[in-house]
Formats: sequence, structure tokens, C-alpha cells
Amino acid sequence: MTEQLKSKPPAGDKPLARIPGAEPSARIDAWWWLVAIVVGLIILLVVIDNETYWNLIVFVWDGIQITFGVTVVAFVLTLLAGLLGGLGRLSKNRFIYGAATLYVELIRGIPLLVQLIWWYFAFPVIIQGLGRSLGVDALSNYQAPAIAMAVLGLVFCYGAYMSEIYRAGIQSIPKGQMEAARSLGMNYFQAMRYVILPQAVRVILPPVGNEFIALLKDSSLVSVVAVTDLTRRGREFMSTHFNPIETWTMVALLYLVMTLLSARIVGWLERRNKFER
Amino acid sequence: MTNEPIIRIKNVHKYFGHVHALQGVSLDVSKGEVVVIVGPSGSGKSTLLRCINRLEEYDEGEIVVDGIPLDSAKNINEVRKEVGMVFQQFNLFPNMTVKENLTLAQRVIRKRTAEEAGEIADQLLIKVGIPEKSDAYPMQLSGGQQQRVAIARALAMSPKIMLFDEPTSALDPEMIKEVLDVMLALAQEGMTMVVVSHEMGFARNAANRAILMDAGQIVEEATPDILFTAPTHPRTKEFLSKVLH
Repeated sequence: MTEQLKSKPPAGDKPLARIPGAEPSARIDAWWWLVAIVVGLIILLVVIDNETYWNLIVFVWDGIQITFGVTVVAFVLTLLAGLLGGLGRLSKNRFIYGAATLYVELIRGIPLLVQLIWWYFAFPVIIQGLGRSLGVDALSNYQAPAIAMAVLGLVFCYGAYMSEIYRAGIQSIPKGQMEAARSLGMNYFQAMRYVILPQAVRVILPPVGNEFIALLKDSSLVSVVAVTDLTRRGREFMSTHFNPIETWTMVALLYLVMTLLSARIVGWLERRNKFER
Repeated sequence: MTNEPIIRIKNVHKYFGHVHALQGVSLDVSKGEVVVIVGPSGSGKSTLLRCINRLEEYDEGEIVVDGIPLDSAKNINEVRKEVGMVFQQFNLFPNMTVKENLTLAQRVIRKRTAEEAGEIADQLLIKVGIPEKSDAYPMQLSGGQQQRVAIARALAMSPKIMLFDEPTSALDPEMIKEVLDVMLALAQEGMTMVVVSHEMGFARNAANRAILMDAGQIVEEATPDILFTAPTHPRTKEFLSKVLH
């Protein structure tokens, strides 16, 4: 057999020199230090000025939940929208490709804040107008629920970016994989599901993780369209207590805790899904 | 060998943009027959092979495999179930173990249970000589081992026809024989095979027919012994003079 040919040890069987700071343990430590500093800072502030900071945390607690909820729901839907958009961008059907490309190019050219405002203020008016001209009362009395519109806006926008991540991830898988799957009798969707996507997921995990963190941060924009997220609750607190430094420092630290933890989870997922190619 | 051809290729044309890659190729392959296709690169031999299971679409003509014309998506998938394909670059699924490579399509397409599929996989790994690699990942195998796994993966679907697209061209010289041995055994069992390869030794030992393609056409076909030793067409002579040195 041929195993012997392969497993010949390299000449001079010494372990390779280590690059300082490249050991995983070093990175973990650095990250824990960062979290410890941020959490320590929050605790310190609460201890120093319990009145302001603890009251603030209690006040914005429901905002934190909404920020987190909006982000998670929007992210899950973004994953689906991105998959559809990405497959559309790869479609050989000219109409599907055209529609997906139009969507991606259109959305990427408009600021997210403007999109959110459009969905909250303009979209319902269109629905109402449509309802009136069709004579459908349910539509003409349509009131947009703020959170749903905000999530819709986030999904539409992030779905476009996610489409491109999916497209690039799928295209990074060698063509032979699809051919091998198809030659075994799988149809396009079976080949995607069983062969291409499981491999593409590993490729796109880092950028998708980044998208989650970016989405978490950008979710603060929904405070403009009547969603009482962390940012909006912070603004409400500030307007009653008139203490911008304390409020916005604490809000920033709270966001930082959330993004650091998310980055950690993403990193853990990436390591878990590594495999040799 | 029966007379009814299991593969019928009739006047197939294929264009890549302005390149006329297949220029009216017709070829019948009988059940149990082993056909080896040789020819210079760019002669259309791989394209022809890939048309048989419709990995490549053709622009004109007709291909019927095992009585099924390649004309609808449903028929194409039916044909692909019956036609195994082995690629130059192996194309194993790198994120799955050898055994998972062998069982995936059995379970998804043939609807076999995990045990059934696993048993078939085990038997095929014995057949190709690497039962101990069942739990290894493709990247842990040598090229020759990977190609043998790829052959076993195709065989796991219990195909009636096997297509080989330059199966030894990406291998180190010392690994070619182990793959050819598996192919030879397969040929001796009566598998219908169409092989694009320049392995003259294999062709002489296993093939019923050898075909020379050039510029998208079949130039000459004969038994391997005659084609390789006493070709009649000048293009064949020229090609062989460059290959056999």
C-alpha cells in the first residue's frame, strides 16, 4: 500500500518554533482581560455612583432585551433572506438572477437609517393608499407595528449583504463538488443541501459572525423609528436626568459587553467547525 | 454482450461559444462493453463523456442511456442514478469521512437505510482494497486511495454504467497501478465502462474497443490492439507516434 509513502516524517523531527502570541491560550486570556475590564468598569461605576448608574441599568434593562431580541430575530431571518438572495445571484435563470441582483444593488446603495425610516413612515402609507383604492378596510386602517417594521427593515438591508456572503461562500466550493453530487443522481437542491452548503457554511462563518455583531450595533438605529431599544431607553433616561456623560458611557459599555460576548461565541463556532481541506 | 446498445449517441454537436467542441459524434456502447477513448487534449473526449450523464449540455443530436432519452430534468436524474462517474480530481466530499462519502447518495437517492448503505460501503471498500480507511477523511488519504474511494462511491449507487474521466491523470506514477487494477477487476466483472484515458496497457488488457477522437470527431475506432499497433488513419498514426515513445 501507499501509506508509507505519505507518512514519512520530515527531516529533522523538531517541533516548529512558536510565534509569540499565536497560541490560542494567549488569545483567550487577552479576550477575558478585555471582558473583565469592561465588566469591572461597569461594576466600578455602579459602586461609585449607585444612584445614577444602577438606576440607569434598571431603567434600560427592557431596552437591552429588545435590542437583543430584535437582533436575534432579524439575524435568523437575514440568514434565510441571504440564502435566497445568494442562490438567486447564482441562478442561471435570467429573471431570478436579475431580481436578486437588483435587490442587492438597490439595498446596498441606500443608508440603513433611510431604509428604516422608509419602512416605518412610508410603507404603511402605501399600504393604506392601496387599501383605499381597493376598498379593503383592513388595509386602509393599517398601522405599522414599530418593532415588526424595524425588523423588516434590518432584514431587507442585511439580507442584501448576506446574499453576497452566501454567494461568495458557495462559489468558493470547487465546481467538482457539485458535479460529483449531481453525477450521483442528486438534484440541484439535494446537492446544495447535502454537499455544497455544509462546506460553504464553514467558509462563511467568520463573515456571517461579523454580520451578527454589525447587526447588533446597527440595531441602535431602530431607536429612531419608535422602538424602545437600549439606545432609545438611554435617551429617555438622559432627558429626564440630564446626565449625558453617565448615560452614554454606560450605554456604550453595555453594547460593548454584548458585542464582546457575541464575538466570543462566533470564535468558538469557527473553531468547532474547522476541518482539513 | 448483447446487441442492444445501452448507450446510444447520435450525431451530437456541442458548442462552447464559437468553439465547435463536438462535431456530430455518434457512438453506440453495448452492455458489458469497455470502451477507451484517447485523443489529444481539446479533442472533445471529456466533453463527450460528460454529455453521457449530461454534466455537459449538448446543442444538437440525441443520447439515450439504458432506454432513457436525456431530454428532461427528471430523465437526467434517472440516468445519473444508473451511471457512475469518476473524475480526474476525485471530487470526494472533504467534510465527510470515507464511509459518509459512500453512503450519502445511497441514503438520499436510493433510499437505503443507514445499515444497508453502510454494509454496501464496507463491502466496496474491501473490494477497492482499503477497508481500514472507512473513518478517515479524504485529505488523510493518498491520491490513489482517494481515487479508489471515488470509484467505490460511484459503485455504491449500483450503477449499470461507469464513466471514467482521466482517472489516473492526477496521480503520482506509483499510484496509477492500484487504480487501474480496480478498474480492470470491474471490467472483468462485466461492467459497462467508457474510459477517457491514455493508459494503453489498461486499454489493451480491458477494453473491447478503442476510439481516437480529434477536433470533436471520432477519427478511428478498432480493437485496442489494432488501433495502437496498426492504425489506418494518418491522424491516429501521428497521435500515437507522439504518445508511444
